[in-house]
Amino acid sequence: MLKNVHFGPSVLPFLLVLPQIIVTLVFFIWPASQALYQSVLLEDAFGLKTEFVWFRNFEELLSDPLYWDSFKITIVFSFLVAFLSMSFALALAIFSDRVIKGSGAYRTLLIWPYAVAPVTAGALWVFMFNPTLGIVSYALSALGYEWNHQLNGGEAMALVVMASAWKQVAYNFLFFLAGLQSISKSLIEAAAIDGAGPMRRTIDIILPLLSPTTFFLLVINIVYAFFETFGVIHVVTAGGPAGATNILVYKVFSDGFVGLDLGGSAAQSVILMIIVISLTVVQFKYVEKRVAY
Amino acid sequence: MARVVLEGIRKTYPNCFKAIHGVDVEVEDGEFLVLVGPSGCGKSTLLRMIAGLESITEGQLTIGDHVVNNLEPSERNIAMVFQNYALYPHMSVYKNMAYGLKIMGLPKAEIEARVKKAAAILELTDEQLTRKPRQLSGGQRQRVAMGRAIVREPSVFLFDEPLSNLDAKLRVQMRLEIKTLQANLGITSVYVTHDQVEAMTLGHRLMVLNAGNVEQLGTPIELYQRPASLFVAGFIGSPAMNFAEARIDAEGKTITISGQEALPLGSGGMAEHGGKDVILGIRPEHLELVAGAPDAVPMTVTMVEQLGADTLVHGHFGESRSDLTVRLDGIRNIKGGEVLPIRVTPDHLHVFDPKTERRLS
Ligand SMILES: Nc1ncnc2c1ncn2[C@@H]1O[C@H](COP(=O)(O)OP(=O)(O)OP(=O)(O)O)[C@@H](O)[C@H]1O
Ligand SMILES: [Mg+2]
Repeated sequence: MLKNVHFGPSVLPFLLVLPQIIVTLVFFIWPASQALYQSVLLEDAFGLKTEFVWFRNFEELLSDPLYWDSFKITIVFSFLVAFLSMSFALALAIFSDRVIKGSGAYRTLLIWPYAVAPVTAGALWVFMFNPTLGIVSYALSALGYEWNHQLNGGEAMALVVMASAWKQVAYNFLFFLAGLQSISKSLIEAAAIDGAGPMRRTIDIILPLLSPTTFFLLVINIVYAFFETFGVIHVVTAGGPAGATNILVYKVFSDGFVGLDLGGSAAQSVILMIIVISLTVVQFKYVEKRVAY
Repeated sequence: MARVVLEGIRKTYPNCFKAIHGVDVEVEDGEFLVLVGPSGCGKSTLLRMIAGLESITEGQLTIGDHVVNNLEPSERNIAMVFQNYALYPHMSVYKNMAYGLKIMGLPKAEIEARVKKAAAILELTDEQLTRKPRQLSGGQRQRVAMGRAIVREPSVFLFDEPLSNLDAKLRVQMRLEIKTLQANLGITSVYVTHDQVEAMTLGHRLMVLNAGNVEQLGTPIELYQRPASLFVAGFIGSPAMNFAEARIDAEGKTITISGQEALPLGSGGMAEHGGKDVILGIRPEHLELVAGAPDAVPMTVTMVEQLGADTLVHGHFGESRSDLTVRLDGIRNIKGGEVLPIRVTPDHLHVFDPKTERRLS
């Protein structure tokens, strides 16, 4: 029970929350309202004339096959990123849970990639996979595979997925490890006595008990893939080749700032906002209910 | 059905901590062995070694006809009931009980028959079988945990303090149920507890562990009547045995608590220990209140606890400093500060060597 403590009227509480409110207003509410406002305007490329057009920007957007392509690419991309980073992190966490010696050092090392900025991560991967200079593409060509993500859309997608997933593995790993460690050891022992081997225990006992963590991470990873992979895409492929990795956030940027279609770009932002809001709602609503037991 | 034979079993944990220093015991087919000892003495370690959840550092463990040292838990044909029940929280009660059978690869009909049979024995209703463990009370969860052990039809049951999470009343009920069940099924069982009553009532034999060593092994009544060491004497019986420094006279006929009247030593005396300083043990229930008896010793009362059925009187003999507890039956009107005439029944004296802490005679 929280106690309600009553203070006399004072400006102090307001002063204390003021920085937070200012940050939210300046960096969130104001841009968001600008986007909302822009999304119902039509502006010429030089910013000389502005016209109020109701929902025409949205209509145009939703009837544009390129937009739907980008939508599909985003879905595929975020699914792959979430799947790859989560399954990899889960495997690492399960192994790390069994490590007894040196587990501290091992875990610390695994967490490092999370501290790498997206752009740096992207640059790292671009460099490794550079068709002429990259060490990985060199190794691949030695194996008889000519890697060129600058020409091949599938390879470009694979590269941005890898770069984005790699960064997220550390974060997922931490949560999975915490989830694993909260599973009572005697449950695993009971299953061992019941005759379940390590693989079977993982599938029958550990994974179901991790499902709240998994669900939480799924939403977090999708949000990450949708919105925070901009830096990676920008450095690695810039949305190319031929729009093969042009995910929605990147399209907002390229249409708005490169293509200078401010209204259309703002409409896209609004749609993205709606997506992230609904994902968050789903998260809050179901994260408790989804507890499978 | 199987015998469980432990020969020279030792355990050293990876951090070099020696938890068990050589245990030898043969648990007969169908026998119920209870392991007791203070916290941290290695009871769970020993049980988990039998289960295969801890490796055996040294020694040989045989279950039935096989040396099982290197077998997986599932290959030892044992079932274990954990202190926290360890029920799979995401599975229904039915699935909890059926899980092991499913892994064994039994046909569905057989699994159902076994689960239903166990449920009937444990008085779990069909409706309860569909619930999740968290929708059950502590006692019901305990039953499910037992059920999961029974359905496997193992040759050995292992229990690690299965009743310690239950309230007092339920504990009494489940204690009887476990005893009845074990007697009916006739499955060899090893039961870890630190509850006095469970230790005395449940098993055929009782093994007292102290810091990884076996202090004594025998029937509960043997341990109660002839504790082999000071440790066992103090551990078995509630309230605990009274101890006092004493000296045996030169002929070994009487024993004297410092500064008190000499008490006769029963059954022929202890001639071989004549003139020795010893520790005398007397159980609280073997002290009587007798007004006007010539051999009564005055006891100064400090505290009285009324239990209803019994009264526990705490105090000390005369001027001596060693604490003393007397258990009198019924409700007594005794107050602190009173001096009571207490008589010691000579046949119930326990005499221990103060150096080796072993029983004399
Ligand atoms: N994994 C381990 N590594 C090192 N030492 C351990 C380990 N597990 C237990 N011990 C030590 O071994 C000793 C015996 O532990 P054990 O769990 O068998 O005690 P116990 O008799 O079951 O106690 P309790 O009645 O409290 O359950 C303890 O001193 C404990 O600290
Ligand atoms: Mg224990």
